[in-house]
Amino acid sequence: MSIAARFRIAFPGFVLDADLTLPGRGVTALFGPSGSGKTTLLRAIAGLERVAGGHLVVNGDTWQDDERRIFLPTHQRPLGYVFQEASLFPHLSVRGNLDYGRKRIAAANRRIDGDRVIDLLGIGALLDRLPARLSGGERQRVAIARALLTSPKLLLMDEPLAALDYARKQEILPYLERLHDELEIPLLYVSHAHDEVARLADHLVMLEQGRVLANGPLGATLARLDLPLYLGEDAGVVLDAVVVERDAGWHLVRAEFPGGSVWVRDNGLPVGHRVRLRILARDVSVARHKLEGSSILNTLPARVVDVADDAHPALALVRLDIGASPLIARLTRRSAAALELRPGMEVWGQIKAVALIG
Amino acid sequence: MLNAPDLAAIWLTLRLAGLTTALLLVIGTPIAWWLARTRHWAKGPIGAVVTLPLVLPPAVLGFYLLVLMGPDGPVGHLTQALGLGLLPFTFPGLVVASVIYSMPFVVQPLRQAFEAIGARPLEAAATLRASPLDVFFTIALPLALPGFASAAILGFAHTVGEFGVVLMIGGNIPGKTQVLSMAIYNHVEALEYGAAHWLAGGMLLFSFLALLALYTRGGKRPT
Repeated sequence: MSIAARFRIAFPGFVLDADLTLPGRGVTALFGPSGSGKTTLLRAIAGLERVAGGHLVVNGDTWQDDERRIFLPTHQRPLGYVFQEASLFPHLSVRGNLDYGRKRIAAANRRIDGDRVIDLLGIGALLDRLPARLSGGERQRVAIARALLTSPKLLLMDEPLAALDYARKQEILPYLERLHDELEIPLLYVSHAHDEVARLADHLVMLEQGRVLANGPLGATLARLDLPLYLGEDAGVVLDAVVVERDAGWHLVRAEFPGGSVWVRDNGLPVGHRVRLRILARDVSVARHKLEGSSILNTLPARVVDVADDAHPALALVRLDIGASPLIARLTRRSAAALELRPGMEVWGQIKAVALIG
Repeated sequence: MLNAPDLAAIWLTLRLAGLTTALLLVIGTPIAWWLARTRHWAKGPIGAVVTLPLVLPPAVLGFYLLVLMGPDGPVGHLTQALGLGLLPFTFPGLVVASVIYSMPFVVQPLRQAFEAIGARPLEAAATLRASPLDVFFTIALPLALPGFASAAILGFAHTVGEFGVVLMIGGNIPGKTQVLSMAIYNHVEALEYGAAHWLAGGMLLFSFLALLALYTRGGKRPT
């Protein structure tokens, strides 16, 4: 179960050169700044962009292999595509839009139940409306449902939330999480928003100016010290955790991850719920001894794995391990030198802020 | 009032314009679609050729068509070889000339309507398993429908009003190739201003109504 994609496209002033093997399940984020080539890569995978010499195999099916003169046109690829703008057909009702793709696949291939998708995306009340009478968030939900109803073997989303305001984004993200949890379709998700990636992705591909900087599992990739240079203030790790304890008096819950646990604000999630924790490097500091009398709630024993230079000459990045879970701390180089941080050293990681996502 | 040749001219003109418009919608649609979508180098030259009748003096166009379709022209050779005889001074000849003469008035609105759709809905349809032909009929045609109405109105009205090309190709044979504008010309030559007024006034009203239909319909178009 994997997706192998090899594309080399040269535009004036820009070359996309990608040779990727991606997991054939779960959510893979294609992440990078504008102009990094992530949309072009997605369009090449969809066949919307014809790339000479390209090679693409999706879970065993060859979609493009120019050496063997194989190129499936877009309409013959079992994929679903969600564009940045919903791109609903304006002359068809919501129902007409949903049926457009569904009725074009053989009945035997309709593995996804229409009612379930409509329910999953909460669009049951909109079916008879025309797209012009929908809000931006509703339109995008219909577009996602429309793509799902073709029972795709691969789902491609090109910044589906980028054209929406904050409130609309928060409206759609839970639906995307439910897709992730409930459907077995691999999803390639193009984004330049760190929070979306942290929340949705299992696997991360980082692109910069047409080059692949990194390609690996989300947690391990974000824990690398060579990538924060590109992430700037958003450098940090994402940990998978479970809510294990509630302190109703202080409105806190304890989230446990392999090797430790942290107290975070209680968002009403029940004990036993799986969550993701996002801990930014700038919110982590390091101490040689456990500090008493500090306002910092979460102080955990950690081991220094590596120390590296950050983009700014004043700053250093320290990779810590808390049991089996990684953490990155951004310190001044002076502090790192004063503490004489070296790989293998036992220290205390002080976590000032944890974002609980999902 | 109108005499029998006048009525024959009106009937002939309506038949000519109707047939020409129908043919142009059939021929012009693929041309307009191609011009709207292609990145081929020939897009410019072919677009210019199709638009040429818009700027060319009708007499020039009519002259060349007469030469081409005449007994010594290549089209003339072809029609004679096919046993169709010669096209000039016949109704089919008028239809051929009108199709060419009114081509830009049909192709331009269609092309603009297709271009206004943009690539995105067509790409979205392709990702929903629609083949290119399927996309054309289920997405492009419905979305370009207002353009088809404009194209039909303009093509019809423009064919009704033609004079120069018809004079060159059709001559002025009552009941056979004499169209409305020609009948008006004959009345004026004969100083029959009363009859000319009836026909000219009718044309004025018809043209106004055609444009009124175009603009009021355009105003209702959803944005």
